[in-house]
Amino acid sequence: MAYTPDQLQVMDSIIKRYPRSRSAIMPLLHYVQSLSGYVTNEGIELVAKLLTLETAEVSAVATFYTQYKRKPVGEYHVGVCTNTLCAVMGGDAIFAALKEHLGVENDGVTADGKVSLEHIECNAACDYAPVVMANWEFYDNQDVSSAKELVDSMRKGTPKAPTRGPNSLGTWKEASAVLAGINDGKANEGLQAGEPTLLGLKLSKEGK
Amino acid sequence: MTKLAPVLSAHWDEKDSFTIAAYTRHGGYKASAKALAMDPDAVIQLVKDSGLRGRGGAGFPTGMKWGFIPQGDEKDHYLVVNADESEPGTCKDTPLLMANPHVLIEGCIIACHAIRAKHAFIYIRGEVTHVVRRLNQAIEDAYKAGHLGKGVDVVLHVGAGAYICGEETALLDSLEGFRGQPRLRPPFPAIAGLYARPTVVNNVESIASVPAIIANGAEWYQGMGTEKSKGTTLYSLSGHVTNPGQFESPLGITLREILELSGGVRVGHKLKFWTPGGSSTPLFTDAHLDTPLDYEGVAAAGSMLGTKALQIFDETTCVVRAVLRWTEFYKHESCGKCTPCREGTWWLVQILRDLENGVGTEADLAKLLDLCDNIMGRSFCALGDGATSPITSSIKYFRDEYIAHLTNGGCPFDPIKSTLFSGANA
Repeated sequence: MAYTPDQLQVMDSIIKRYPRSRSAIMPLLHYVQSLSGYVTNEGIELVAKLLTLETAEVSAVATFYTQYKRKPVGEYHVGVCTNTLCAVMGGDAIFAALKEHLGVENDGVTADGKVSLEHIECNAACDYAPVVMANWEFYDNQDVSSAKELVDSMRKGTPKAPTRGPNSLGTWKEASAVLAGINDGKANEGLQAGEPTLLGLKLSKEGK
Repeated sequence: MTKLAPVLSAHWDEKDSFTIAAYTRHGGYKASAKALAMDPDAVIQLVKDSGLRGRGGAGFPTGMKWGFIPQGDEKDHYLVVNADESEPGTCKDTPLLMANPHVLIEGCIIACHAIRAKHAFIYIRGEVTHVVRRLNQAIEDAYKAGHLGKGVDVVLHVGAGAYICGEETALLDSLEGFRGQPRLRPPFPAIAGLYARPTVVNNVESIASVPAIIANGAEWYQGMGTEKSKGTTLYSLSGHVTNPGQFESPLGITLREILELSGGVRVGHKLKFWTPGGSSTPLFTDAHLDTPLDYEGVAAAGSMLGTKALQIFDETTCVVRAVLRWTEFYKHESCGKCTPCREGTWWLVQILRDLENGVGTEADLAKLLDLCDNIMGRSFCALGDGATSPITSSIKYFRDEYIAHLTNGGCPFDPIKSTLFSGANA
């Protein structure tokens, strides 16, 4: 794809965040992912050019980190935590059910391009297990049927809202832009905390 | 009975707790104003006197770490906050930042003043979109309010899915724009950290604890906790319990106390094994219910306080399956830089898979321990060491269960029984 002057200006502002330009490589990769849906060869070439690096140096970084995708993912990228605690409490069952329900394997994308699926590692929400992420937003306390309903809602184009996150689920590209540090104005949406987060505070107020 | 003591979590139950309005309503940014009027060395001394120790796992005294930064060296200094929370079971910094990002920003301002740094970087894991939003907005609002931009700049740097970047030198390489692989030490970050400049790397909870210490004084903080583990901290309870969640209390509370006040292990079941501080800390059993959860107490009982991630597993859980899954995680996250970890974690997975499937032999247990012996202390960083913890501790406490897999010709457990929806819609 050809990059517009506006997009190039965003990339320039990302580089200016850092005392040394090479530090901008990760947010720039998130940004090119937000434009194309994945880190394309053109994206790598552009990042290399902007930072005066070899494309091999940028590729080395892009392939090290699992959040950078080198092929298209779905509009809604679903991750099921199958690290030990979530797996034991239902993550394994949820992941198996979603593979069957969607007809895809790990890292697969549905034919309509709506949903992709991967099993993920611990996502720092263990008190909300089993956890499912979509475009890296939290869907807490899931079970097999709620997870199936979630992916069904995505395929219909009306995805359910995250349990702790913005009022509605954005696309994969929109989430990638947020990770590049671009403010989408949704920071004030959603809960400040879920019930487990507040349990200790609540008990303390009861004198415990 | 230890009582809960919310300090970090004191105002999380207010709907707008994450906004600058809510933060200033509760005295926010007064501590940084107070600190900026103090001599930087006096700030370091106050944090030293408070007894605050690193909350990211190692428990190194925070004030002492700040004191290692050379002064008057004419070089740029940096503060780097480790918000790459990824240790299995660990879930404290993420809800903290979701509910109150400003406390971290104020902590950054104070820490930068103390170590004479103009730049702070917050390295947050990339898999938490909404927390990134909240932090980004908070930074913007702190600039607008004039708290940032007058001497201290804070940059949010978003990772991209690599557990190894929680290791401080791998984090620095990642922040410099390279693959996240750990560095050989010395030199330590205090001498040659980010861009080879003196750098302090602190965990989110450590830096977020600083504003309250400045506001209330070292004596107040010293008054909570145990002899060598001062202050309050967040304990994260998860797994087979009636009510999981975050519990902020003085250091030294026990699991028995946390379970008693939160509703205990899930109804009809009993505690089998648990981690005191994430999957890299050796497992505990019901024999450790009364172990004081402070740095010394947990170490004396053969594990580590780590990140205070209390993952609870009841008797329905197969320990071999649990350990295999953690080991698969370490294998996947090994950065590949050093041989013991890169090769060792692959071998560990293969042997554990055989054992779980009942096709191993008893000699495999000795082989596992021998492999662990060759990884522990011989790897570049703590990832390799951590990978051995669940294996050696589980063989110590549950050797019979490993053997049962061999005599049974496979796993004797029904995995559905350990799910939350056992018998329901599974």
